[in-house]
Amino acid sequence: MTPSLAPDDLAFRDEVRAFFADSIPDDWKTTVRSGLRLPPETLTAYQKRLADRGWGAPTWPVEYGGTGWTPAQLSIFWSEAAAADAPPQFHQGLELIGPIIFTYGRQAQKDFYLPRIITGEDWWCQGYSEPGAGSDLAALRTRADRDGDDYVLNGQKMWTSYAHVADRMFVLARTSTEAKRQQGISLILVDMDTPGLRIQPIHTLDEKHHTNEVFLDDVRVPLSNLVGEEGMGWGYGKVLLDRERMVAAATAMFLPQTLRAVREAAKRRRVPGGTLFDRPGFRSKLAQIEIEALALQAMVMRLMADAAAGADSGPRGSMVKLRWSELIQQATGLWVEALGPAAQHFEALDGNGKTPPDMPLALQGALYSRVTTIYGGSSEIQRNIIARRALGL
Amino acid sequence: MEFAYSDEQQILLESADRFGEENMGAAARLARLAEGPEGSRRRWAAMAELGWLMLPIAEADGGLGGGPVEIAALMEGFGRHLMIEPYVSCCVFAPALMQGGGDKASELLAQIGMGEVRIAAALLEDDGYSVFGVDTRAEGDRLTGTKVHAEDGADADWFVVSARTGGVYGDKSGISLFLVAADAPGLTVRRFRSSDSHRHCSLELNDVPGILLGERDTAVARIAAAADRALVAHLAEAVGSMEAATAATLDYVRTRQQFGVAIGTFQVIQHKLVDMSVACEESRALMSVAARSLESGTPDRALIAAARVRISQCGVMVAQMAVQLHGGVGTSEELVVSHHLRRQMMLDLILGDRDYHRARFVALSDA
Repeated sequence: MTPSLAPDDLAFRDEVRAFFADSIPDDWKTTVRSGLRLPPETLTAYQKRLADRGWGAPTWPVEYGGTGWTPAQLSIFWSEAAAADAPPQFHQGLELIGPIIFTYGRQAQKDFYLPRIITGEDWWCQGYSEPGAGSDLAALRTRADRDGDDYVLNGQKMWTSYAHVADRMFVLARTSTEAKRQQGISLILVDMDTPGLRIQPIHTLDEKHHTNEVFLDDVRVPLSNLVGEEGMGWGYGKVLLDRERMVAAATAMFLPQTLRAVREAAKRRRVPGGTLFDRPGFRSKLAQIEIEALALQAMVMRLMADAAAGADSGPRGSMVKLRWSELIQQATGLWVEALGPAAQHFEALDGNGKTPPDMPLALQGALYSRVTTIYGGSSEIQRNIIARRALGL
Repeated sequence: MEFAYSDEQQILLESADRFGEENMGAAARLARLAEGPEGSRRRWAAMAELGWLMLPIAEADGGLGGGPVEIAALMEGFGRHLMIEPYVSCCVFAPALMQGGGDKASELLAQIGMGEVRIAAALLEDDGYSVFGVDTRAEGDRLTGTKVHAEDGADADWFVVSARTGGVYGDKSGISLFLVAADAPGLTVRRFRSSDSHRHCSLELNDVPGILLGERDTAVARIAAAADRALVAHLAEAVGSMEAATAATLDYVRTRQQFGVAIGTFQVIQHKLVDMSVACEESRALMSVAARSLESGTPDRALIAAARVRISQCGVMVAQMAVQLHGGVGTSEELVVSHHLRRQMMLDLILGDRDYHRARFVALSDA
């Protein structure tokens, strides 16, 4: 979708396009298109390249090392990145903890952590979910008790994505037991090499290791690792969850990548009478998802326009997350369908196995995509938010 | 119209259910899967002892001559416990392709029934599901070509291979079936595991000796009839799996607390479980009707195609919903619902995807 661009924006688009031209290796593309993440070292190198260009933190204000781009520029940047099959940037540091640090953190925290996020030097993970406290985050039980100049953390975190490669984790923990469940929760930064912290992989249906359980046994961190005020972490957490929905807005711009992959697979697949892509039935199904993806992009642009006008976008972030997660599930499902019988060939058992170039990533992507309607507030929770905030129900 | 199982059929279902619980129960599932083909061989031998392997094989070939409804009862149990043994491919599909196919076929059928030999069908080529999409050529009885997917073929001793004895790719006539030994000279077997732990393969045939099955040039009708028999068996498996996934989800939403109450008290969760149970009911009814139609000897083939389309839709939807309602843990290997989803997604592709069967339904019901 190309909205009419002002001359300045056109120049910017050319600049971004030139940056991405031929800069994305072919072996990244299938992974990126399947909605799976590139290996952390690859993503870190990519982040560093963007940082060197001054584009490490597209959504941040200039004073913290960001680009200070307008929403139109952001939208152009994401569209061009998507068109070039560039990966979305890893968001845990950039979109989740970074903005909280520059909004609520003390000066020393801003000075130390923010540049390291932009250059990719630190990889952050999010210590929020717990067994029994997923969408109901206020049910969390991890404790942080003061002891001298330290907090002592005890508890268990679940679904900690990329804890196994992260340098640092931002943790929500109880610093007091108040009557109201949301009170007494604090946001604390923890180095992953702190003694007492143990990581255990969670094996998932896609067979790609991306998430973990993290156990905290008497993990001691200095009091200065508290972000903002003690007991106010719930409020920051809500800001962060809102931001997480904005991440979905950015991610939604990358949906056409997956649809291109579906096209290619369908064009490759021979069926009696031509290729699968020549069949009107298949084309019609692909077109339906393409049409819905266009509608989604229009929603994202409206969201960005709200941001430009300084208007509250209400629950539009939730709406985008809801629709994007449904569409990525449909798109990866259609990709598996386009692969045909070979889509059952998940892993070669012999050295001489030959699979299509997009196996097993397409199937892994389809399996992994099931989590998109669960994480970051499940679709059921998003609908509750929309009912409350948009409809007053 | 009869929907209930007879006493004997009910006993088959209960025996499969018990076997599944003991051998592939949810708690021990990951350990069982980690044993790989060794564990599967042990279970296969136990299934042979129980007489299951000879159940679908014709009495003339040393089997028990079990019909579609008996097979369905057994397959429901397979589906409930996601047993990964190649029952439909080896004991239902291949025997149906081989029946009345000559001396070697008779000999092998008896061996299948005893659990001594495994056979897989290798019919699909390039990337089409169409049985007419055959390029593999037979020069006399020597075969050359590529078969892209043989369901459960990784551990097969023999393959049933379709080949062109006349006409060109896409023609409906001129197709014949051959038996090919897995260790035949000129045959390359490439083996794959699928995400539901089944073990498949593809074949490359380079002047490979084959044994003609039945009449030359006339295999299409035989393939279509055998595929319907296999499809209906898989439909029963899908129903068993979706009912088990729904039951597990129902248990979960009754116990899982969020916001201080069981999540099963939320209306949105209740409605989703209602949709899942409607899908189960719809699928069970359709499966029963399809199995009885097949049993009648004059099967309504459009009905079977319709059942395949609709039950696949329901099965995938139910398994997706089961994962969704379990939340994060639903995506973990630890929980059996994620295994149901993977199986349903693969069942959706066996012997053709939904589009293929929808097109078949159109062709058959307009005919």
